[in-house]
Amino acid sequence: MEQRNKILVLDDDNDWLLLCRDLFSTLPSQPEVFTANAARKALTIIEAEKIRLLICDLKMPRIDGLQMLAIVRRRFPGLRTVVLSALEDEEYRSRAYSLGVDLFWLKTEMQRNSKFFNECLESLMSNRAGEGDTGFRGIQSKSLMDIIQMECLSRSSTVLRITRGPLVAKVWIQDGELVDAECEGARGEAAFQRLLAWKSGSFENLPPEPNREHTIQKSVNALLLESAQTMDENANPVGQESIENAAHRKTIWKLSQLTREGVDFILAVPPEGQGEPEAIGTQGVASIAHWSRRADEISRRLGEKLEAGPLSHVSGQNLERQVLLVSHGDKAFLVGWPGDASGNLPEKTRKIAASWDS
Amino acid sequence: MGFLKKLFGGLATVQQLPSGTITVDRNGHIVTSTVSTQYPKKLLQVIGHDVLELLREARAAQMPLAELSLHFGSLRITARELRGGAIIFLLPQTALLPTPQSYNSPHA
Repeated sequence: MEQRNKILVLDDDNDWLLLCRDLFSTLPSQPEVFTANAARKALTIIEAEKIRLLICDLKMPRIDGLQMLAIVRRRFPGLRTVVLSALEDEEYRSRAYSLGVDLFWLKTEMQRNSKFFNECLESLMSNRAGEGDTGFRGIQSKSLMDIIQMECLSRSSTVLRITRGPLVAKVWIQDGELVDAECEGARGEAAFQRLLAWKSGSFENLPPEPNREHTIQKSVNALLLESAQTMDENANPVGQESIENAAHRKTIWKLSQLTREGVDFILAVPPEGQGEPEAIGTQGVASIAHWSRRADEISRRLGEKLEAGPLSHVSGQNLERQVLLVSHGDKAFLVGWPGDASGNLPEKTRKIAASWDS
Repeated sequence: MGFLKKLFGGLATVQQLPSGTITVDRNGHIVTSTVSTQYPKKLLQVIGHDVLELLREARAAQMPLAELSLHFGSLRITARELRGGAIIFLLPQTALLPTPQSYNSPHA
């Protein structure tokens, strides 16, 4: 009889533990869910039970999550670890990844994308111990170029799934050859070039797809060389013409992305006094930028008063159009969509905002 | 044992989230409400006032909106413009609510 996977959830909030127990018990693989509200108790459970996956909070009294992860990594190197925290600080994220965690999720994100989160958990638990757990983990400070080169040199067949905030890209590699790439709505070589411009993110290996259509014809070395050259030119433009070319390329890319997604207009609004708003596809930039700042400010203030949690986004609509206001970095982005646009518009808007300055 | 209370105060209270519907007139006064009477009326007035302000400013920015939604981690506020006033739906969000499909309609 196949043994059920065992999940341990560590969090100092007992209500959250109860909620997690209910949620994770309904996963398709029906794992056995253990809970602990303190690190010591969790270590005892890990020692006594064959825990497959540890889901750990960061902010806890006595032994905090990062300390716990360091202990676990040393004592139980085969244990899969997921951080589930309310701390939206990038520093915590990078520290957690440097400790070798498999996944870092925000509690709010988990609630919003519970289906995707569950799929990630299932994927982490799917490689049974002793069967799929070979190889080293915890690659740090390696660029995407390094990782792709490593995969190709080792003649691997895999699908690399790379995430950067809300953006997701995939690279298909078959017998060490680049087969296809998808990134920010583009496909093939264009997508691969775009992807290599990403400065940070996380990646995971998915099973190979041998029947994937071949859209990349150039060799991996040629593509990497071209990308390095383009990035170099963009980073160190020489002469007025080169600067204009780089800006022109950026605008063309943005326009093509907006057209592809079916966006009516976009407005990127920096904080007051930190530059001019940038807009594509709309007039009256100053007044709409002013409204965007006010909407962001009023909504956040209202959220704090009502204790309603962090602001996810603001949406509005009239007969002709829908608008969505999201924040990314220190900028607010107001994106206009046609009135009949459908699908997950907040997610699409977040992706457009995330790729705006890259 | 009363001195402990004096030192540390009472237990921290958790504010309940508003749930229900309110209508506000063009001056921000609450006309009708289905929100629990235990919920502070002052906060409902703040909601009405802020929402009307956002709708008004959108109109001033040549971007009139018939509907406006503020999506927070645990609450969604959806307001529909009503001849200068507004009808405002207050919907607490929980982890178990299937939210991804319900962006456009407050009743979804």
